[in-house]
Amino acid sequence: MVQLKVNGQLQSFDGDPEMPLLWYLRDILGMTGTKFGCGMALCGACTVLSNGKAIRSCTEPMSKVEGLEITTIEGISAHGPHPVQKAWAEVNVPQCGYCQPGQIMQAISLLSSNPHPSDSDIDDEMSGNICRCGTYQRIRAAIKQAAKETA
Amino acid sequence: MITGDKVAQEEITIENVSRRHFLQGMLGASAFVLCVRTVPTFALTPRSVAAANVSMTSPTVDTAAFHPGVYVGIQSDGTVLIVAHRTEMGNGVRTSLPRILADELDADWSRVTVIQGDGDEKYGSQDTDGSHSVREFFDPLREAGATARLMLIRAAAAQWGVPEAECAADPVHMVSHKTSNRKLGYGELAVLAAKQPLPKKEDVKLKPASEWRYIGKPAPGYDVTEVCAGKPLFGMDVRVDGMLYAAVAHPPVLGGKVKSVDDSATMKVLGVKKTIPIDPFKPPHAFQPLGGVAVIADNTWSAFKGRNELKIEWDNGANASYNSEEYKKELKHTARQPGKVVFSAGNPDAEFAKGGKIIEAEYYAPHLAHASMEPPVAVADVQSEKVTVWSATQDPVTVREQVAKALGLKKEDVVCHVTFLGGAFGRKSMADFSVEAAMLSKKTGRPVKVVWSREDDIKFDYFHSVAAMYIKASLNEKGMPKAWLQRSVFPPISSTFDKDAVYGSAGEMSLGWDVIPFDVPNFRSENGAAVAHVRIGWLRSVANIYHAFAVQTFANELAYAANRDAYDYLLELIGSGHVVKGPQHGPPEIAQKYPYDTARLRRVAEMAAEKANWGKTKSGQGHGMGIAVHRSFLTYVASVVEVEVDDAGTVRIPHVYTAVDAGIVANPEMVRSQFEGAAVFGTSVARTGEITATNGAIDQSNFSDYQVARMNDAPVHVDVQIVESTAPPAGVGEPGVPPIAPAICNAIYAATGKRVRELPLARNGFA
Repeated sequence: MVQLKVNGQLQSFDGDPEMPLLWYLRDILGMTGTKFGCGMALCGACTVLSNGKAIRSCTEPMSKVEGLEITTIEGISAHGPHPVQKAWAEVNVPQCGYCQPGQIMQAISLLSSNPHPSDSDIDDEMSGNICRCGTYQRIRAAIKQAAKETA
Repeated sequence: MITGDKVAQEEITIENVSRRHFLQGMLGASAFVLCVRTVPTFALTPRSVAAANVSMTSPTVDTAAFHPGVYVGIQSDGTVLIVAHRTEMGNGVRTSLPRILADELDADWSRVTVIQGDGDEKYGSQDTDGSHSVREFFDPLREAGATARLMLIRAAAAQWGVPEAECAADPVHMVSHKTSNRKLGYGELAVLAAKQPLPKKEDVKLKPASEWRYIGKPAPGYDVTEVCAGKPLFGMDVRVDGMLYAAVAHPPVLGGKVKSVDDSATMKVLGVKKTIPIDPFKPPHAFQPLGGVAVIADNTWSAFKGRNELKIEWDNGANASYNSEEYKKELKHTARQPGKVVFSAGNPDAEFAKGGKIIEAEYYAPHLAHASMEPPVAVADVQSEKVTVWSATQDPVTVREQVAKALGLKKEDVVCHVTFLGGAFGRKSMADFSVEAAMLSKKTGRPVKVVWSREDDIKFDYFHSVAAMYIKASLNEKGMPKAWLQRSVFPPISSTFDKDAVYGSAGEMSLGWDVIPFDVPNFRSENGAAVAHVRIGWLRSVANIYHAFAVQTFANELAYAANRDAYDYLLELIGSGHVVKGPQHGPPEIAQKYPYDTARLRRVAEMAAEKANWGKTKSGQGHGMGIAVHRSFLTYVASVVEVEVDDAGTVRIPHVYTAVDAGIVANPEMVRSQFEGAAVFGTSVARTGEITATNGAIDQSNFSDYQVARMNDAPVHVDVQIVESTAPPAGVGEPGVPPIAPAICNAIYAATGKRVRELPLARNGFA
C-alpha cells in the first residue's frame, strides 16, 4: 500500500508498484491534465511537482512516491489561475496545447527556485520539455512576464 | 457551392485534400449547402463520459431558438453558438473560423460559444489538412453570418413595423431602429428571426473589409484558458464508463504477419484482461490497421507492460528487403536517369547541347516522422449495430467511413466526436488507429481506448517520403540560367492507396516541383519511379519540404558560382514579376483567383531581407545568413536565417526573419504563431530529422534517437511579418516550413563554406 498526497488530498494505492505515477494520475485518479508524451522522461509532457520540484511522472514508479506531496496542473489553480497560467494566456503561448501543462509545471518549478531567470537559465531548465508546435519563444516570454508579476 | 468543382479545385495544388479519389476512383460528394436545416441523423445515446469531452458537453446548434443553417444558432438568452467544423490541432481554427462568421453576424465575441462539430457531411469538408480551412470556408462562413444577421434585422423590422432599410445590426449583438431609438437584442429576436423565411442569396450583403470587426484583427485562442488549466480536451483524455485500454503489438515490417504468439507471460501481468489478434491488412494498406496482437487491460500501463511480455514470431514479408542506405543509392541513381516529364517550357535539351557553363547537383532528404506530442489515440464504443468514436482525428468523416467498412456497417451507424488534437501534422488524417479501437470494442463488447506509445508512433507512422533530387542548369556569361532541368524521385503518397503506384501524383508535383518561380526560358521538371516499403503519408507541407530544399539550395549554389550576393542573385532569378505558367490541372478559375505571381514572392523576399539587415554584417568565420523563398498552399513565404557555427560544428540560430503573403488573414495572431512554429518545425527537419529502416524495420523509436528541436536548439527569435493584402485568403499552417531547411543550410554555407546537400545537418558533422 502506497500513500501519497495529490493536490493536498491523501490517496492510497495498492496496485502494481511498477506503475508510473503518470498512469496512476491519469487512469486511476482520472486526472488527465498531466500528459503522456514519451514514457522515458525525454519530453516533459508528464511533468508534475514532487514536494515543489519538477519531476517526470512517466518514469516515477508508484513504489517511490510514498509520502510525497504531488502537485499536478489541476492543483495549481484552486484559487483562480496561477500567475504562470495567466502569463501563458496573456502571451497566447499554446498552439495545440498538449505539452503546455508540463511546460507550466516546469516553469513553476524554475521560478520557485530562481525568481528572475536569465535567458540561459530558462533554456537550461526548459529544454527538457519538447513543444512540437514550436512555441518556445512565447514560453520564454511568458516565463519572464510571470517573473515580473510575481516579483 | 458545387462540390465536384470544389474537390477538383483542391486537387490543383493541395495533394492532401483529395485522397478520396484514390479510394473510390471518384470525387467525394460532400456538399456545403447554406441554410439547409438538417435533422441530426444520430439517435444514439452514448454512454456517460466520465471526463467531459468538448463535443459531449456542448449544446447543439439545432436546439437553439434560431439556427439558420448548420454553423450557427442563437439562443433566447443571446448566446451565439458557432460550430467549428474543422479540427483544432494548434492551427487555431476554433478561433479563426468562428470569428469569420461572428464578424458578419455582428455578434459580440464574448457571447459566442464555440461548438466542435462531429463528423458530418452537412458541414462540407472537415478534412483538416492542406492548409485550406480559411481559404475554403472564408466565403461560406461569411455568408452564413450575413444570412443570420439579415434575418434578425428583418425580424426586428417586422416587429416594429418599419422598413428593413431603416434597421441595422448596430451596436454589436442587437438590431436598432435609429429614428425611433428602438433596440432589440439578438436573444430577444431569436424566436422571431426563426419565423423569417430564408433570404434570397442576392439579398444577403457581405460587409466591406473596412467594417470588419474581427477579420484581420489579432485575437488569442478561444480555448487558451482551458488549455492552460489542463482540462480534459484531448483524445488522450477521453474516459468512458466501463472503458478498457488497449496497446497493439504491430508487425515490425510493413505487411508482416504473426507467425506465432505466446501470451502466457502477458496474461500474468496485473490488470491484463486478454489478448486479441488483429488480422493483417489486405493491400493496399490505406487506412487499415497494420494487424498484430492487441493487449486489453484495465489501464494503459498494464496494456503497455503486457505487450512487452508478448513473445511473437513474425513473418516479415517482402518489405524486409528495405534498407535505407541501399535505397538511397537507388533513388540517387534513378534521379540521374531520364524520368517522366512533368512540365516543360522552351527547349532545355537544345540549350544544354550548346555546351558552355553547366552546373549540376544532387540533393537528398530522408524520411521523417510526425511525432506529434500526443501519440495517436482513439476511443470506440460499439453497441449492437451502432458505434461511437471519440478520435483525435483530422478527418472525422473518413473515420466514420473506415470504421463502418471494417465492421460491416453503414457510415450512418457511426458517430465520430472530434477531440482536440495534441499536434497532428498530417498523421491524424489517417483512420487506422480509430479503426483499431472500433475492432477491439466490437470484440470485447466494451468501450476501448487504443493508446499508441511514442515507439508505436515513430515506428508505425505514415512517413514523410524520402527523396532524391537532381538539378542541372546551363548558365550565360553573367551566371544566370538559360536552361534548367530538375528531377525528383520519391516513393509517392499514392502508394498508400494503390500498391502499384511509383510515380508522384500531379498533386505532389505541384508541391514545389512542376514549376519554379524563376525567369528561365528553357525548363523541364521530371519525376522518377520509386517503390514504397513503408507507409507514406502527408507531413506538414508534404513534398514542398524536399522540393524547396533542392531548388532553394541550388539557387544559392548558382549565386556563389556567379560570385554574386545570394539575395541579389535570388531577386534577379525571380525577376521583376510574372505569372508562372505550369501544367493545367483542376478548374481554370482557381488559377485565375490565385495566379502564381512572382511579384508577391519578390516582395516577401525584400521584406525578410530588409528586416534581417541583409548584407550589413559580414559572412564567414562562423557567422552567416541564408535566404530561401517558396510558394506553397497558395501562400508566398521568404525566410532569412542567421546562424552561428562554432569550431565543433555546433549550430546556433539566433534569428529567423520570415515574411508572409497569405492574402487576407483571418487572425494575424494565429498566423504569427503558425509561422513561429513552422520555423521550429523546419529546424527539426534541418538539424536531426531522419527516419531509417534496416531489414524493413524502423531504426528509431523515441525522442532519444528521433530528435526534434528543443528550446536550446530552436531559433531564439522568430520574426514574422505579414503582408497586408486584399487578395483571397490562402494557407498558413504549412507554408512556413519549406523555406527553413534550405535557408539554414544556405546560412551555414555562408558561415563555413560547407555545402549541405543531404539532410539532416547531423549527418554533415553539425550539431
